[in-house]
Amino acid sequence: MVFSHRMQIFTNIGRYTLLMANVFRRPEKWRIFYRLTVLEIDKIGVQSVGIVALLSLFMGAVICIQTAANIDSGWIPVYTIGFTVRQTMILEFSPTIIPVIMAGKVGSNIASEIGTMRISEQIDALDIMGINSANYLILPKLVGALFIFPFLIVMSMVLGITAGAWVGELAGVISMPDYQTGITYDFRPFQVAYSLIKTTVFAFIIVTISAYYGYYTKGGALEVGKASTQAVVYSIVLIMICNLLISQLVLT
Amino acid sequence: MIAVEGVSKTFGTQKVLRNVSTVFETGKVNFIIGRSGSGKSVLTKCIVGLLEVDEGRIMFNDRNFTAMNVNERKAVRQEIGMLFQGSALFDSLTVEENVMFPLTMFSDMSKSEMLDRVNWCLKRVQLDGANKKFPAEISGGMQKRVGIARAIAMNPKYLFCDEPNSGLDPQTAIVIDNLIKEITYEFNMTTVVVSHDMNSVIEIGDRINFVFEGEIWWSGDKVDILKTTNDELNNFVYASDFMRIVREKLQ
Ligand SMILES: Nc1ncnc2c1ncn2[C@@H]1O[C@H](COP(=O)(O)OP(=O)(O)O)[C@@H](O)[C@H]1O
Ligand SMILES: [Mg+2]
Repeated sequence: MVFSHRMQIFTNIGRYTLLMANVFRRPEKWRIFYRLTVLEIDKIGVQSVGIVALLSLFMGAVICIQTAANIDSGWIPVYTIGFTVRQTMILEFSPTIIPVIMAGKVGSNIASEIGTMRISEQIDALDIMGINSANYLILPKLVGALFIFPFLIVMSMVLGITAGAWVGELAGVISMPDYQTGITYDFRPFQVAYSLIKTTVFAFIIVTISAYYGYYTKGGALEVGKASTQAVVYSIVLIMICNLLISQLVLT
Repeated sequence: MIAVEGVSKTFGTQKVLRNVSTVFETGKVNFIIGRSGSGKSVLTKCIVGLLEVDEGRIMFNDRNFTAMNVNERKAVRQEIGMLFQGSALFDSLTVEENVMFPLTMFSDMSKSEMLDRVNWCLKRVQLDGANKKFPAEISGGMQKRVGIARAIAMNPKYLFCDEPNSGLDPQTAIVIDNLIKEITYEFNMTTVVVSHDMNSVIEIGDRINFVFEGEIWWSGDKVDILKTTNDELNNFVYASDFMRIVREKLQ
């Protein structure tokens, strides 16, 4: 049992590698590739702006109020609130938690779309025509996501920090000038760059893992559902593992 | 002409195809018949290269398809049209875009030339006017016809049909069968039809290959098949009361 489980991991890694080898090929026609990529940017990115904005606004606001409630001791400077909102948003919430949510939204969508194409023989139809189906279906999604994720994440950072400022003032826990001091205190642009790199890795994980589970779906509608669940679960697990590794590598 | 020479295919411990050899002739409707699970689809997928054969080789007009690399195969693939069991239309594209798809990927035609070709193909399958509909908006029989139109868009030399009339009512099934036959004769294609429907066989079959437990058990034409003395083939052909009545009338 344990043995077959281990083999399962190797089979998965092997098939994943093979799939990637097919994804990273020259597209059949650049014009079509470009058009598909723009479509994916819209589907993956633009259509996620709403949910990302909503979550970021609320998280920034909540972090602000939480921090204020917890440092109410007099000898911690009040600008710490702004500082904490900024650090939390930039270092973890925007680059890690937003991708986790995107894994649920975009990952499941990719897995079920490709899975449905597999079980209804649409992928076979592409292969029969002599089209590299892995390249045709997956590369535009990957390029689209790698392109648009950094924008979403920067938007999330900005909105979260802004929401903190508004709520801080509305709730009377921190004044605008103090907040400004906080969010500029010891600001290191490198940390933003670090976050964007991290997020790009997570975008890669979400698209390729979800596409993998979709592409190798076997059976019927039930299996498409399963593939979509697996895509989300394994994307999130891998995001968490990579987050730990990257933090360990870069920040220490 | 397509020649299958000594093809074997095993999945794990299950030997699905055992040393299969046969020939599919040009300008004829060649059938692969047999019970569910006998290996018909696997054989078809091996022929078109969706599956790799373990042993043997596939020849497309004396070109050894099995020995080709990906790029050489691509050239042959563009001479192959395939109609899938569930039609396999791209559901995010309209009827017109579906038929145009192989043209946009592989031809250098202008947009209006492509549109002309698409309209010609749709007309050939009696679907002119359905251009802007999506696959989900048309009936199963119409989907099959769009599938045929897409399969013939690139003017293929070889046409594969996997259970072309499964899920269709008998009248629509006959329309689809006859369309396949007419197109085969009109363009002198090498057509391979996978089926377990004796109606189709009698209607349009020129050459028939009966697959039993992964082997070609019997080959012949539709006159021979009604007079066969092969037990397994007899059980298959005369499985229904209807065919048994036909047999009584013939005798
Ligand atoms: N990709 C595959 N992996 C493992 N077994 C398969 C695969 N495809 C088909 N088989 C098995 O091969 C046998 C023949 O299947 P198939 O050719 O689809 O039958 P049919 O004659 O009904 O088309 C079946 O037992 C099926 O389970
Ligand atoms: Mg089959």
